[in-house]
Formats: sequence, C-alpha cells, structure tokens
Amino acid sequence: MARIELKNLRKEWGGAIAVAGIDLAIEDGAFVAVLGPSGCGKSTTLMMLAGIYRPTSGDITFDGARVNDVEARGRNVGIVFQSYALYPNMTVLENVMFPLRFKTIERTEAERRSREVATLVRIDGLLDRRPGQLSGGQQQRVALARALVKRPHLLLLDEPLSNLDAGLRLTMRTEIRRIQRELGVTTILVTHDQVEATTMADRVVVMNSGRVEQQGTAEDLYERPATLFVASFVGSPPINLFDGHAAGGMLSVNEARLPLADPVQGAVVLGLRPESLRVNGSGDSGRTISRISAVEPMGREVLYTADSAFGVIRFLEAGAEPRHRESDDVPLGFPPASALLFDKDSGRRLDARVAA
Amino acid sequence: MPVFARAQLRRQRINFALFLGPALVLLFLFFVAPIVIDLFLAFTDMGRTLAVGKFTLENFERMFTRDTRLLGALGVTFIFVLATLGIFNVTFALLLALVTTAVPPRLGAFFRAVWLLPRMSPSVVYALLWLWVADPNERGLLNQIVMHVFDMPPIDLRNNHPLLVIILANGFIGASLGMLIFTSAIRSIPEHLFHAARVDGAGSLAIVRYITLPALRWPISYMTIHQTLSLLVSFEYILLITGGGPFYDTTVFSLYAYRRAFESGEYAYGAALSLILVVIGVLAALALWRLMDMKQLLQQPRIEVH
Ligand SMILES: Nc1ncnc2c1ncn2[C@@H]1O[C@H](COP(=O)(O)OP(=O)(O)OP(=O)(O)O)[C@@H](O)[C@H]1O
Ligand SMILES: [Mg+2]
Repeated sequence: MARIELKNLRKEWGGAIAVAGIDLAIEDGAFVAVLGPSGCGKSTTLMMLAGIYRPTSGDITFDGARVNDVEARGRNVGIVFQSYALYPNMTVLENVMFPLRFKTIERTEAERRSREVATLVRIDGLLDRRPGQLSGGQQQRVALARALVKRPHLLLLDEPLSNLDAGLRLTMRTEIRRIQRELGVTTILVTHDQVEATTMADRVVVMNSGRVEQQGTAEDLYERPATLFVASFVGSPPINLFDGHAAGGMLSVNEARLPLADPVQGAVVLGLRPESLRVNGSGDSGRTISRISAVEPMGREVLYTADSAFGVIRFLEAGAEPRHRESDDVPLGFPPASALLFDKDSGRRLDARVAA
Repeated sequence: MPVFARAQLRRQRINFALFLGPALVLLFLFFVAPIVIDLFLAFTDMGRTLAVGKFTLENFERMFTRDTRLLGALGVTFIFVLATLGIFNVTFALLLALVTTAVPPRLGAFFRAVWLLPRMSPSVVYALLWLWVADPNERGLLNQIVMHVFDMPPIDLRNNHPLLVIILANGFIGASLGMLIFTSAIRSIPEHLFHAARVDGAGSLAIVRYITLPALRWPISYMTIHQTLSLLVSFEYILLITGGGPFYDTTVFSLYAYRRAFESGEYAYGAALSLILVVIGVLAALALWRLMDMKQLLQQPRIEVH
C-alpha cells in the first residue's frame, strides 16, 4: 500500500500535449476516481503511473520515492486496461496466474490464490475458457482478477465496469469497493460515469484537456464547482447556464434581473441546477412565470423544459406523475443560495451569491 | 422457358467464359498441362531425340533397383532442406523479426531492407556474389578475412564444404521472406498485451516466450510448410554456385532430375524423377499439416480483435 504523489506531471506525444502538468497526492489506501471527458488524458496518466509510458517531465513518487525510472515490473502495480488486454492464448486461470509466474511462489500456492481471486470476482466457473470465449463483462472481471492476484500496492482501473449490464455493474461496484477496503490497496479508478465516480470513490478528480480542474468529494464538486467545466460536467441532467451581465448590484440575464448579495461587475455566467429549481417555493429568488414546453417522466422524477425569463430552462420535480402539463404557466424560482455565479472570461466560480 | 430467362442464361454463360476463361486457360497451361505431360513422359523412353519409342515402367524399375545416386540425392536433399529451413528460413528469420521489431523503428527498417536486398537482385548476381565470397584463391572475400584477420591459410569452401555453401547461400536469401511475415505478425500483436505483460512482471525474454511466440504459432507453421515445399523444388542457386558438385555432393533431388533430363538427355527418366519429387512434396506437406494442426488454423479465426 502506497502513498502516491504526482508533481507537475506532463506527457507529450511529439508536440501534442496529452497531460499538461498534473499535481496530485493520493493518501495510502485511498480510493480516488478520475472523471473527465474522452481524450482528456486519463488513460495516459494511468499508464505513466504503471510505468508503461515515460513522463515527458515531472515526477511520480510512491511513498516518497521517485519511481520515474523504475520499470513497470518493479512497481508492483495492478492495472485493468480499458481494452482488458487478456492474453488470447492462455486460459482464464493461466491469465489470472500469469503475474505470479514472476514471483517466488509455489505453483500450488499460486493456483490457490488465483482461484481465490477468481471466486472473488465470480469467474470461478470460467477458468478453463479462453478470452475469446468470454463476454465483454466476463473479460473485464478476468482482467480485474489478474490485477488483484499479485496483491499490488497500487490498483489502477481504467473504466473497469464499462461493459457490464446495469445489475452486474452495481454489484461489481460494491465488490470492488469491498475488495479495496479489505486489501487496503490505494486505488485509482478512471471512469466516464459520474455516479460510479461519486459512489465508489472517497475523492473525485475531474480532469479536462490534460489538467486537473478540481478535486474533492462528490459534494464539493456538486455544490462548490471550481470552474464552469466542473459545473457542467458534474450533475445529471446538466446544470442550466445563462450568460449575464452584473452592474450596480444587479445581474441581468436576458429579460430577468436578480439582486446580488455581493459586489460583482462584468460578464457573469449564472448556473442553476435542474434539481434546485422549484415551482412555488417559499423565499425563492428569481421567480418568473415560465411556460412548460416539454414533460419527460424519468421514473421517480419528472424533467420539465420551460421558457423562462432567463431563457430555455430545465428543472426536475420529484414524483413519478407529472404535476404540470405542456403549455402550463408555472411560477419557477430557486433558493438564492443554490445559484452559482462564474466569471465568464476565466470560467472560475465567483464567491458572490444572489440575494434573497 | 420464357425468352428472357433463356437470354439471361446465355448471358451468364458468356460472362462465365469471358471472366473466368483467361484464368482457366492459364491455370491449365501452367499447372495442369505440365503435370499431365510429366506423367505421360515418365512412362515413356524419351531420350535426346525426343522420340517416344514405347510406353514402359523401365524408368521406375531403374529408379528403385539400379540408380545408385538416388539415395545420395535424397540424403543431400534431406540435409539441405532441414538445415536451410531449421537454421535460416524459420529460426534465423524469427530472430531477425524479433530483433528488428525490438530496436528503434528506423534501425529495424534499415536492417530489414538490407536483408531484402538479395531478393531484389537477380539470382545470377546473387550467385556470383557467393562465388566471389567462397572463391578458393586469396581474392575471395572469405579468404581475405581468413588470411588477414585470422592469419590462416586460404580455404576452399566450395570444394571442402560444398553443402555448407549452398545452405548458407539459400538461407541468407530465404530468411528474408520469413522475416517479413514474422515481422508483420509481431506488429499485429496488440500493444496493450505487451503493456500488460510488463506490468505483470515479465521481462523481455518472458514477453517473447509468453506473448510474441504464441502469436507467431500459425505464421511459423505456415512458413515451415511453405518453405519445405519451395526448398524441395528449388535448385537455381545450387546450379549457379556449385553446379551440383563436386561430383554429386550438392545435387539435391530436384537438381538430380534436372541433370538427368538436361545434361544426360534422359528426358523420360527426368520426368519420372520429377514425379517422385511431387509425391515426396505432397507427403511432406501432408505430414507437416498434420503435425502442426493447420486444420485448426483454417477452421476458425485465430486473430482476436479488440
Ligand atoms: N500512443 C499515443 N500516441 C499519440 N497520442 C496519444 C497516444 N495515446 C494517447 N494519445 C493522445 O493523448 C490524449 C489523451 O489520451 P488518453 O487515452 O489518455 O485519453 P482518455 O482520457 O483516457 O480518453 P478516453 O476516456 O476516451 O479513454 C488524446 O488526445 C490521445 O489522442
Ligand atoms: Mg482512456
């Protein structure tokens, strides 16, 4: 188990920047999720941690020791690749046992451990098959078993659950979390899925174009996003964003005008979460009559689209049955503390709030 | 039958003749006809005059009972094929492929190009090169090295180790085909397998053993069969470099058939020998096919795409 640190880590591919200077510290035994859009450098970062890619500059340390020059096999890292990377000519059992070949372990002991791990990820019935005879989800679990069998100090998971069906994904989430706690192994999980990131990890790191945008708990990211990017990337359905202009203690957004609690000047972006908007809430700000243009029941919630004074806006209401219909006019508002303000130029969140 | 259907049928026939005809004619001319002619000649007494006097089994009787050179030719063929194949066309080709894919790409490409050069030059030029290398007097390349670097008397490789010369000459040129095929097979192994193996603790040799070689199993089997057959029947370099000599020391079976037919003018006997060579080739191919389980290869796709 190891404490991992990345210091100004960069990776360039012949001029193209994949990772543009990352600083990150991961405590021993922590479970960190890396969340970000496709191509933002998540896999590249993992590959550098595993010792497969060499950083262009910057440092990686395990327990304070610089490992930049340590080969992959000297790092004791387990990794589940995005593409699984199972050995096609070996059976499942041989695949899982493969990392133990290079350790000083008795063959019987190696096999016992492999079977144990296989049972843990529920592939114990498939041990004699070859990867070509497995479904995508089964392959992923074999890859997970292979990563775990050598009891690594650091476990790297590159979208390990992307090919599972919803039910299996849920159980595997809990399984991975449980295994991680049991072994106490420092774990980094790369995912596109914010629910996965927030439910499995202690801490979420949001990446965008090779940089860390923000790191924190799921609550931090949701309630106090550092940037416009994080605000729009975290939360589903996505946050409503409106361009506005602040002057003289007032924020104008299209036809709407909101009083500001703090002094702000200039171009500002107003962010309103669909779930913080409500109809007829007491003490709400920015209440405007909005006309509903679409109603989408989503199971336990209903998503509405409405034309408001701010512009087209989407909001959620709890309950399976829609309470409003298309073309209804509803008084829509939000608790003043829930509105987020961003500086338009820098994209950074402003400390300012909307007044009640 | 309605008129239009009949017209369509007619068109189909014309198309068939038009599109497949030329290929069929070529196939017949170059593959079927020679075998038929060979079969025919093998049972005649055609000699220098090209006249067919009678149909006879004499050629085969001579082959199996009286030809004292035949066994020797078979032995030479066996050693030649086995050594060239085992040392060069498969093993050395494999080494070349492994090394040239492990070094930086440009360097690898350079080495492969060098190994391909002899393939691109005419056989006669390549053979001349070997004649110069093995030349028994002090001007030969080998002798210059032997005399000046090792301070030893000149050697006559062609006379004293003629089999070695033809194995080397065929091997150096033969290795390039295997090298190309193995290289492209290595290239087609997904990169992430190498990554995974490295993370799993495998060193370079273990990666070759557990990742690269298993992926080369089918190309290696294919190359072995293909090269066995082509070495069995090829004798151009041998003819050009040693002429089959000294005496019959480097006369492989195919060259023996050639020498009987075209040097001694015993066309019928040459044809009968060729017929035996065809049988040997077919048997060797079938045996190797069995041995290497090639059926499996052809039955199911062996390359996994992720
Ligand atoms: N071997 C490579 N050579 C050149 N460019 C690369 C290489 N690997 C990745 N890149 C580039 O680096 C950037 C980051 O890639 P990376 O695979 O880390 O993205 P990612 O965040 O894992 O995306 P995804 O979620 O789609 O897997 C991309 O722009 C990609 O094109
Ligand atoms: Mg990726």
